[in-house]
Amino acid sequence: MKQDTLFPQGSIHSVTGKCMYLSGNDIDTDRIIPARFLKCVNFDTLGNHVFIDDRSEKKGMHPFDQNHNKTANILIVDKNFGCGSSREHAPQALMRWGIRAIIGKSFAEIFYGNCLTLGIPCVIIKEEDASSLINFLNKNHDSIFKLELEKKMITSKEHIWEISIDNSSQRMFLSGGWDATKSLINQIEKIQTTKSNLPYINSFQKLQEKPS
Amino acid sequence: MKKANLNFYISSKTLSLNTLYDKIWSLHRVTELPEGSTQLFVGLHLIHEVTSPQAFAALDEKGLKVLCPERTIATVDHIVPTITQSRPFSDPLAEEMLQTLEENCKKHSIKFFKIGSGNQGIVHVIAPETGLTQPGMTIACGDSHTSTHGAFGSIAFGIGTSQVRDVLASQTLAMKKLKVRRLWFDGKLNQGVFAKDLILHVIQKLGVKDGVGYAYEFAGPAIDHFSMEERMTICNMAIEAGARCGYVNPDQITFDYLKNKAFAPKGNAWDEAIKWWKSIASDKNAIFDDEVRFNASEIAPTVTWGITPGQAIAIDSLIPSPESLEKSDQQIALEAYKYMDLKPGSSLEGLNINVCFIGSCTNGRISDLQKAAEIAKDRHVAKGVKAFVVPGSEQVAKEAEKQGLHKIFLKAGFEWRKPGCSMCLAMNPDKLENNQISASSSNRNFKGRQGSANGRTLLMSPAMVAAAAVTGAVIDVRKLINKKI
Repeated sequence: MKQDTLFPQGSIHSVTGKCMYLSGNDIDTDRIIPARFLKCVNFDTLGNHVFIDDRSEKKGMHPFDQNHNKTANILIVDKNFGCGSSREHAPQALMRWGIRAIIGKSFAEIFYGNCLTLGIPCVIIKEEDASSLINFLNKNHDSIFKLELEKKMITSKEHIWEISIDNSSQRMFLSGGWDATKSLINQIEKIQTTKSNLPYINSFQKLQEKPS
Repeated sequence: MKKANLNFYISSKTLSLNTLYDKIWSLHRVTELPEGSTQLFVGLHLIHEVTSPQAFAALDEKGLKVLCPERTIATVDHIVPTITQSRPFSDPLAEEMLQTLEENCKKHSIKFFKIGSGNQGIVHVIAPETGLTQPGMTIACGDSHTSTHGAFGSIAFGIGTSQVRDVLASQTLAMKKLKVRRLWFDGKLNQGVFAKDLILHVIQKLGVKDGVGYAYEFAGPAIDHFSMEERMTICNMAIEAGARCGYVNPDQITFDYLKNKAFAPKGNAWDEAIKWWKSIASDKNAIFDDEVRFNASEIAPTVTWGITPGQAIAIDSLIPSPESLEKSDQQIALEAYKYMDLKPGSSLEGLNINVCFIGSCTNGRISDLQKAAEIAKDRHVAKGVKAFVVPGSEQVAKEAEKQGLHKIFLKAGFEWRKPGCSMCLAMNPDKLENNQISASSSNRNFKGRQGSANGRTLLMSPAMVAAAAVTGAVIDVRKLINKKI
């Protein structure tokens, strides 16, 4: 595990590093980090337990245990990756293991959003490009790749593969706006206006009143 | 069933107009953010011990305060033991999580429904039963089953911990508008078929991915006749169909449920509230992004056989062969046969069960316990089966005990537990062991979900779980209704 690696911050234009491939559709959040490891008040140790059940079943042959993947930071996955729970523990566990970007055929929505708020781009790759990228990766485990969000591509020294990312997420990574807290608080006056216009707050319900 | 056209991530343009979702969205819209998402006000924020501590820590790190502490309500549910709840908990980690929540609530002046308060329970059970959940609200909670609250005609969705931090700091979220798909149900459910069967049927037909990018509106004659608790069951599992939120338009059944609840409006405010609640329902001529139609009378008791909630079958049909499935579903089906040790072409009926769990935010409410008790009454849990009932909240427990349901269960050999999430996700002492098979009224059958890395889960209605408990095997509950087996 590579906890000493800096977590994402500020504007993110690209992610450079080694790729690893994890096959399978519908890989859910409980597989990424089984629920029994969620008992924690901070996320520090989650990286140790990422895919722990799948890994012990495969006895060292799981992609997250294979030697050539130990320093990978770009994860390639199949369809509907991250389905299941809204718990951020799953992307946190991947991030704390060392993953900084995920390339997949599709992603579960809450997982995608959780990754965005951590500064981990999830980008989409077409089926045929994915096959070609994975084929190349299988023959070139030590290749260094560069995922470029502005140009929407991932490149090795020799090859280019197209990826896609929705415009809004792309802008958020490039501007640093993925760290939403600050931009949300900046709108304090508009927040108060919206709040005071809500019938259930300004007229018929006051939560602070004691129930009768 | 008519299958809709699905375009994930391709078109961000939504067509829906004048639906409940559109109305609530507009009302809660604070501003458009430069990155293209919308800043949305959160009317009710629910927190619990698992996904809030890191959010409070992040708030402290940034030197931020909770903007609207009166709009956040806390309880403890995931980690509480259900046999004895005396403090300190025997698990020091669980104790630490609860203490952290208590400290954070105290520090930030957040109302906390603690154990023994009479209002503690699973967050998605207590907010509705105390009247906190109301039509027209936006509701967020760091738990994907927040979709439950949509049963009242609110827009309710699960969020991650960073978003919990954002809601605490700003009472808002950066979100993108979803498309709206109407799921229309003609007819009505037959005897022995329940809301749980309906939603498992929907997930089996549409798959676990097809709802991604959508809010699901559940409508039609079958839904109009559903009680609030049945509506909560189906909205609860909208997320298992991929839909971030599911909702039912508010109607007289909604208002009758809310009347006189602790936090519901009273007096003149009540009349004013009803007027507004009626106005936020989808208009008759509302436009939906698409629609899928079902007939409720064609639905049979439905049980999962695999490792996703979509891997389900009607109890009177057979586990599908890989060839009969869509190509993209074949790999996970192969994984499921292996993990579950079940063969394609075989029946689930007659499959021996080790553990029976009745409870969870899907099916831990009073009507769920009543339906299970009807089956358990004058029967006994089969030899070698461990069966237990976990009420969803202290209020549910109190009501069940008032009605004598606990005595029916105890007499039949079920354990009667204290409220909590229990074995739905096993973040507490309630766990499967080794490769035990459970019949469970919960919502997820993922690998390892119920606390054992090779434990196996079959999802079904509470009545079906009770039927499995008393016969020791999966059985069509319709064979037990009105008969003495």
